[in-house]
Amino acid sequence: MNDILLEVSGLTKCFAKIFATNDLCFDVQRGETHAIIGPNGAGKTTLIAQLQGELRPDAGTIRFDGRDITNDPAFRRATLGIARSFQITSVFPKFTALANVAFAVQAQAGHSFRFWRDVSGEARLIEPAREALELVGLLDRAHTAAENLSHGERRQLEIAMALAMRPTLLLLDEPMAGMGRGDGARMIRLLADLKRSYTIVLVEHDMDMVFSLADRISVLVAGRTVATGRPEEIRRNAEVRAAYLGHKS
Amino acid sequence: MSLLDLSTGLRTRRFGAHTAPLLVLIGLLVLVPPVANFLDDPFLIKVFTRVIVFGIAAVGLNLILGFGDLISLMQAGFFGIGAYTVAILAYHEVNVEPLLGWPLTLTGTTNLAISLPLGALVAAVFAALAGLVCLRTSGAYFIMITLAFNQMLYYFFVALQKYGGEDGLQILGNLHLVGFDVAKRVPFYYLCLIILVVILVLLDRLVESRFGMAVRALAQNERRAVALGIPPLRYKLLAFVISGAIGGLAGGLLATSQQFVSPADMAWVRSGELVAMVVLGGLATVWGPVAGAAVFLILELVLSSFTISWQLPFGLLIIAMIMFLRGGLADLWLFVMRHLRTGAG
Amino acid sequence: MSYTLIVEQLLNGVQFGVMLFLMSAGLTLVFGIMNFINLAHGSLYMAGAFIAASLISVTGSFFLSVLIAVAVTGALGMAMEIAILRPFYARTHLDQVLVTFGLILVLNEITRLLWGPIPVPMPLPAYLAGSVELFVGVRYPIFRLAILLVGAVVAVGLYLAVVHTRAGMWVRAGAANRPMASALGVDVQFVFLMVFAVGAALAGLAGIMAGPIFAVQVGMGEPILILAFVVTVIGGIGSIRGAFLAALLIGIVDTFGRVLLPPALGSMVIFILMAAILAWRPSGLFPLQS
Repeated sequence: MNDILLEVSGLTKCFAKIFATNDLCFDVQRGETHAIIGPNGAGKTTLIAQLQGELRPDAGTIRFDGRDITNDPAFRRATLGIARSFQITSVFPKFTALANVAFAVQAQAGHSFRFWRDVSGEARLIEPAREALELVGLLDRAHTAAENLSHGERRQLEIAMALAMRPTLLLLDEPMAGMGRGDGARMIRLLADLKRSYTIVLVEHDMDMVFSLADRISVLVAGRTVATGRPEEIRRNAEVRAAYLGHKS
Repeated sequence: MSLLDLSTGLRTRRFGAHTAPLLVLIGLLVLVPPVANFLDDPFLIKVFTRVIVFGIAAVGLNLILGFGDLISLMQAGFFGIGAYTVAILAYHEVNVEPLLGWPLTLTGTTNLAISLPLGALVAAVFAALAGLVCLRTSGAYFIMITLAFNQMLYYFFVALQKYGGEDGLQILGNLHLVGFDVAKRVPFYYLCLIILVVILVLLDRLVESRFGMAVRALAQNERRAVALGIPPLRYKLLAFVISGAIGGLAGGLLATSQQFVSPADMAWVRSGELVAMVVLGGLATVWGPVAGAAVFLILELVLSSFTISWQLPFGLLIIAMIMFLRGGLADLWLFVMRHLRTGAG
Repeated sequence: MSYTLIVEQLLNGVQFGVMLFLMSAGLTLVFGIMNFINLAHGSLYMAGAFIAASLISVTGSFFLSVLIAVAVTGALGMAMEIAILRPFYARTHLDQVLVTFGLILVLNEITRLLWGPIPVPMPLPAYLAGSVELFVGVRYPIFRLAILLVGAVVAVGLYLAVVHTRAGMWVRAGAANRPMASALGVDVQFVFLMVFAVGAALAGLAGIMAGPIFAVQVGMGEPILILAFVVTVIGGIGSIRGAFLAALLIGIVDTFGRVLLPPALGSMVIFILMAAILAWRPSGLFPLQS
C-alpha cells in the first residue's frame, strides 16, 4: 500500500500576475499530521482551496491515493474522502447542530433524491451525526440552531461535519482561529484525539499547537515550500527562523 | 428514538408552529361555501376560489423562493402555460379540429383529468429548459433572467392570434372531470381546496425529506454544501421544475374558474404579485403563502371597490410592508406562539 | 429583401440599440456598483417621456423641453434614492425587488392620475421631422438619425468619464470596496447618489427618444426595462462596454427578427439569443468580475 496519500507537484496558481501558489511541491504520508505554516499572504488558504477543489490550479498536479484529482470538482473530491473545514466558519445557520452534521452524513450517502421520509426519523443519518457531535463535545447543543452557537462551538461543529464525511484526509484551515483559552484547549485535545485515526493537513498560526501535534511541518513562503521536515528540524532551520519564526530560538 | 424536528426543535413545537395553523386555515376555507350560502353571497365563493388558486401557485413558488432562496419572477409564466393548455385543449374540442398535424395529431379535450396534469407537465418541461439556463448563474442574474423568460412567454401568447392573442381566449366547452361537471361554483371550489391540501401535505413532507434538506442547505450555504459533496445544479433544477409544475397546475385551475385566459394573467406584474404574496405570508413555512394570497387578493378587492386608482395605495402598502414588516404573517404567528409558550412555562 | 430595406432596418436596429444602451447603462452601473436591483428604472424612462411631452406643449421648444426633462428625471431619481431606496443597499435582493415593484405601481398610478390613461402625443419640431437622403435610394428619418448621434455621443462620453476621469475612478473604487474607499476619503454615499442620478437622467433621455416613435403612455417603461435587463445580463453586470455591445446586438437582432420572422417567433428571438449566450457564458460576455 502506498505510503503517500497526497502528492502535490508543480502546483501553480496566479491571480492577476501575482503567484499565490508558485510551483509548489509537497506530500503527505498516510496517517501523519502535516502542518503548513508561513507568514500572512504565503498562500496557505489558496493551497487548501486547491486541494479541496474550490479553486483550480493553473498548472501542476494533485494526486490523492494514487488518483489524479487535479481536475475533479469539489463535490467529487468530497465523495473520494477529502473533507475541509473553512478558515471563516461555514455552516448552515438555520439548521440545528444535529441537522448540520446529519446533512453531512446525508451528503456522503450518495444521492439525496428521496422525497417523502422525514430526515429526523432516519437513524442512518441521526446516529452517526450524534456520534460525531459527541466526539467534538457538542452533543448537549444538538438542538440549537447553528446561528445561535458561540464561535468556538461553531468551529467544533465544522470539525464534526468534516468527521461525518468519514474522510480519509482532513484539511483543517486554522481551526484555532478566534478561539479563547478554554475553547482553544478543548480544540487541541480534540485534534490530538483525531490525530490517531485520520490523516490531517493543518494550516495554523498557533505555534505551540503546531509543534506539539505535527508529525511534519512544511513552511510556505510566497507560494512555495521553503522547507519540509519534522518539527525539530524546522525549529533548527536557520532560513525558516529568519524568514518566519523571528528571533525565537 | 423520539421524533425530532430538526429545523425548529421538538415535536410539540412543530404542532403549534406548523400543523395547528394549517388546520385552522383549512378549516376556515372549508367553511366558505356554507357561510356564503348563509349570507346569500355566492360571490364570496368566487373570491375564495381565486384565493386558493393563487395560493397554490404561491405555495409552489415558495419552494424555491423561501426554501431555496431563488428569487424567481417567472412563476406567472408557468401559471399562464397551465392556463393556456387547458384553454387551448378545450378550444380544439369545441372546434373539432386536431391540434398540430400528422404525426402528432391530438384532439382537444375538455376533460380536466387530462388537461390539468398536461398543463403542469408542459410547465414542468419549460421549467427544466429555463432552469438549465438560469440556475447556473448567480442570484442577481437569476432574477433578471427569470423576468426575461416571463416576458418571452407573454409575448409568445400575445402573438398567438389563433388563440385570441392579446384579447385572450374564452373557454366555450363544458370543462369536466371525467364526466363530473366541476365547472359549477361549489364543486369546483372544493376540488381546488382538495388540490391545495394535497399539495400542502406533499410539500410539507418534501421540505423535511433528504431532497428538501439538500435544497435548503444549498440555499443557506452553497459553498458548504458543495464542499460536503452535493452537486448543486440537479437539486435546484428539480426544485425549480416542481415549483413550475405546481404553478402550471394552478394556472389550469385559474382558466377553469374564469372560463377565460389572457396574456394579462401571466404578465410579469403577476409574477411580482406572487412574490409579494409569498413574502407577505412568510417564507419560512409551507402554508404561509396561502395566508399571503388571501390577504393580498382580498385587499386588492377591497381597495379597488373604493377607487379606480387602487394600485396607488396598494403599491404604498407593499413598500410599507417591505420597510417595516420583517418576515411575514407566518413569522408573526411563530413569534406569537413562541411568546405564548415562554410566557406560560 | 431589398438593399434599402436592409440598410433601413440596420439603422433602426442600431438606433434601438442605442436607446437600450442608455437604459442599461444606468441599470448596470447601479447594479454593478451598489449591488442594487432597480425595477423602477422603467418608471424613470416613462417620467422623462411624459415630462418632455408636457413641456413641449407648454413651451413649444423641443430642445429646451428635452434638456429640462432630462434634468428633472435625474432629480426624480435622486429623490427616489434619498427618500426610499437608500436603506435597501444593505438589504437582500428580494427586498429590493419588492420595494421597487411597489414603486412601479405607485408611479404608474400617479402618472395615470396626472396625465390620464390615454397616450400623450409628443410632436416633433420641423427641423427634426421629415427624412433625409443618406445615400443612393436610402431615405431615413432625421429624428432617428438624431437619436443615433446623441446616443453615440453619450456612450462615448460615459465610457470616457468612467474609465478616464477621477470621478470615474471614485465610482469604480466605491464599487470595488466600499469601506476602503470610504476610509480613503471618497464620499461613497455621494458617489452612489450621483451614479443613481446619472442613470435616471439617461433613462429619461431614452424615454424622450422613444416618445415620438412609440407612444407616451403609462406602463411604457416596463417592456424596455426587461430588455435592458437582458442587455445587462448578456453584456455582463457592471460593464459599460458590455452593455454597449450587447445593446447594439439586441437592437439589431430584435429589429431584424421582427421583420423577417412570424410574430410569435420574432418577439421571442432576443430571449432565445439570451439563453444561448448564457448557456455559453453564464456571467455574460464582458463581466467585470470573472
